[in-house]
Amino acid sequence: MPKDSGIGASPKRREDVRFLSGTGNYTDDIQVNGQAYVHFLRSDIAHAKINGINLDAASAMPGVIKIFTGADFEGVGGIPCGWQVTDRHGEPMQEPAHPVLAQGKVRYVGDQIAAVVAETLEQARDAAEAIEVDLEELPAVVDMKAALADGATKVHDDLTSNLCYDWGFVEENKPAVDAAFEAAAHVTTLELRNNRLVANPMEPRVAIGDFNRATGDSTLYTTSQNPHVIRLLMGAFVLGIPEHKLRVVAPDVGGGFGTKIFHYAEEAFCTFAAKALNRAVKWTSTRSEAFISDAHGRDHVTKIELALDADNNFTALRTDTYANMGAYLSTFAPSVPTWLHGTLMAGNYRTPLIYVNVKAVFTNTVPVDAYRGAGRPEATFQLERVVDKAARELGVDPIALRRQNFITEFPYATPVAVEYDTGDYHGTMDALENMADLSGFEARRKASEARGKLRGFGVNCYIEACGIAPSNLVGQLGARAGLYESATVRVNATGGLVVMTGSHSHGQGHETSFPQVIAEMIGIDESMVEIVHGDTANTPMGMGTYGSRSLAVGGSAMVRATEKIIAKAKKIAAHLMEAADADIELKDGAFSVAGTDKSVAWGDVTLAAYVPHNYPLEDIEPGLEETAFYDPANFTYPSGAYACEVEVDPDTGKVTIEAFNAADDFGNIVNPMIVDGQVHGGIGQGIGQALLENAAYDENGQLLSASYMDYAMPRASDVPFYGVDHSSQTPCTHNPLGVKGCGEAGAIGSPPAVINAVVDALRSGGHDIHHIDMPVSPSRVWQAMNG
Amino acid sequence: MSQVTMTVNGKEMSGDAEGRTLLSQFLRETLGLTGTHVGCDTSQCGACVVHVDGVAVKACTMLAMEAEGSSVDTIEGQAAPDGTLNALQQAFQDHHGLQCGFCTPGMIMSAADLLKKNPQPTEAEVRHHLEGNICRCTGYHNIVKAILAASGQDVSSIAAE
Repeated sequence: MPKDSGIGASPKRREDVRFLSGTGNYTDDIQVNGQAYVHFLRSDIAHAKINGINLDAASAMPGVIKIFTGADFEGVGGIPCGWQVTDRHGEPMQEPAHPVLAQGKVRYVGDQIAAVVAETLEQARDAAEAIEVDLEELPAVVDMKAALADGATKVHDDLTSNLCYDWGFVEENKPAVDAAFEAAAHVTTLELRNNRLVANPMEPRVAIGDFNRATGDSTLYTTSQNPHVIRLLMGAFVLGIPEHKLRVVAPDVGGGFGTKIFHYAEEAFCTFAAKALNRAVKWTSTRSEAFISDAHGRDHVTKIELALDADNNFTALRTDTYANMGAYLSTFAPSVPTWLHGTLMAGNYRTPLIYVNVKAVFTNTVPVDAYRGAGRPEATFQLERVVDKAARELGVDPIALRRQNFITEFPYATPVAVEYDTGDYHGTMDALENMADLSGFEARRKASEARGKLRGFGVNCYIEACGIAPSNLVGQLGARAGLYESATVRVNATGGLVVMTGSHSHGQGHETSFPQVIAEMIGIDESMVEIVHGDTANTPMGMGTYGSRSLAVGGSAMVRATEKIIAKAKKIAAHLMEAADADIELKDGAFSVAGTDKSVAWGDVTLAAYVPHNYPLEDIEPGLEETAFYDPANFTYPSGAYACEVEVDPDTGKVTIEAFNAADDFGNIVNPMIVDGQVHGGIGQGIGQALLENAAYDENGQLLSASYMDYAMPRASDVPFYGVDHSSQTPCTHNPLGVKGCGEAGAIGSPPAVINAVVDALRSGGHDIHHIDMPVSPSRVWQAMNG
Repeated sequence: MSQVTMTVNGKEMSGDAEGRTLLSQFLRETLGLTGTHVGCDTSQCGACVVHVDGVAVKACTMLAMEAEGSSVDTIEGQAAPDGTLNALQQAFQDHHGLQCGFCTPGMIMSAADLLKKNPQPTEAEVRHHLEGNICRCTGYHNIVKAILAASGQDVSSIAAE
């Protein structure tokens, strides 16, 4: 019997009512009195020297208040990078300056040359048309390997080359890895590209800067997944505003998927300009602008090699990856191809020796940073593709080869620095095999063939490290931030609670799921708990939501704060019932004295805390409010097995997804409905990457797919209903809820399943094909089939 | 600037608009009805779908002036005056058909149009109808399920929400 409240229940989401009735409060819905509008003039050339900017005509246009250029930001800080990677020789990465508005050069199509602030948006746009910019075009650097060639044009003249870093992991393992390849009975090699994507949350980014001259306080309203991080980065590193004079508000946010983690120049500009002009300044991105200004994702070119012994045991893995950074280092860009990617290369398997090399490269393209999964989809894709290829080369069943090499004993220390606490990889594979009706596949294939179609089945596993992570560890790895989370639990006199969390909800449903945890702990109704998030003015310093960390880290902070509340409330209850603290039990919203029929209700205790007439004032303070900061001991390691069934039309090359099944292990689950929804969404994005999406540049650095006319977003008709199963549950051992992250799994686990299925389909039609790069568009499939 | 008058959710409303002002912009910025969302600039995403004289329209494809004298229905007018969600809205909540909520107003208005024309659509018909509405959060699973449920069809055999 499913529960109807508390942990494990699926109550209807409370945030839905405002979203369904058009009364949400997204950033663009906010109008600040007297606000002006900014339009950014962006470079339409990928790489050019700025010889001059003539603002005369534009400044005289109707409604123009001021036009800013890079010269206005001399002496102002640049956009900072939050992670420093150390290369394989012990040297720090090359880190270029990143001005708010371009200074001297433009380095990608979309780079901001000038910002026009005007009374209306139309006036700002009209005036931008009248700015005369003298750009001297330079050769554009687009291809990563060409960017590293001797004599290549440099994106940043003051750096020694376009190489950001050359990272080796684990460097000291390399000789042993190479020796294992020498001794291997079989080596499978695969070269592939992980296609560049644009995150595309449906709400474009918005920033509104406001300034109060009377108090000297600045406020930024922004579409962010982590307002405290923005306040710290922008305040301390760009504009020099201390935290107590800067408020950052991220209200309802229409999706993030990583690209709203980062601190962007537009946020700093609007905050800066509001103070300079003493009026609010608003920027709303258009979708076309988003394509050339939101940080992109993925874009790795990889060679992976897998060594096996004569019994098909994996003996070593070696990878060589080029990772595109784009023109500047976005906030967490250097961490994605390194610590979020190399550490995942063991996957679900007992491969004893692993070496990962990553060369991060500057190019004249939009900066690249974390997108749903961030490094982990790139790791999973190459690993699960090479395992599939190995199975085909060896003539063994792909599932059997995986099962043979599964890690089965936990905790398990991988050769790539992480220790998995729990997992049951055979369990998720069993669940998947049940769902996917493997025994019926041959009949389905025959039915497809009877209709002139090729049918393929693809399977893969994934492991994810999420709930990022212990601060002392990430500090050693180069993070310039701590990665704890915070919660303040404020109990009101009549017993209701407000939780002020550093986590941020932009679709994840925290307003519904977080109260379930507190309701379970205290035994009160969920409606008595309210969640406040997204405003630095009324939440404790927190690191926000990304990397599937909200419940595992933010939820744990909330549990710790609630434990403090309960401990104090028990003391009050003990006083009220004239009993010892240790004898007090809390159940179903009432405190009782063990072994007696004495009891006092939750509300009576909370009232006593605020009306302390009969109260142990000599021992404890009045009031009932506690804060906790939670710094996890480890990542959480969700895992799973996914399967995809496709049909390929041999006449056109079109691939259709006929079935998609996902078996995940997320440990304990607070709200199954929300968890299923997270997996659905991730699968949708993963199918998008595999079949449709591609941020394509031409050789001049022009983004060819810069609108929804050209960038193929997955639509309802591109995907089927998905099967999901979360019955395999191995709880996390180191957080109080035993939960693992679920937000990115779908996007990590699904692309290799699709491609494995497509390759299987094509091979069933007699085509000797081992790989097709994503997206497997009809033209690519047709070309693969027809040479 | 000219004054434009239209009946919005049953109430006559007026405001100034430039010739180039889009209906989506007029609803949001001039009339303050911010439930209609703008997710793109190429009329692809469908977040701005409203009904003009009973027909579903992407409000970014129409000038405000073209709606002069028209009857416009937006997401704000879908629930009952006391806030009770209509059957379609309720089905979206019941089946977790939304996450971030940004595409949701367009999804509801577009789905309402489908169910008016085709009260018992098949799964394929729902998916085809939604080609002009992009959602990035849900993978469409629960949106399609919610629309089928709102049409009175049994969705219990579809995997859990």
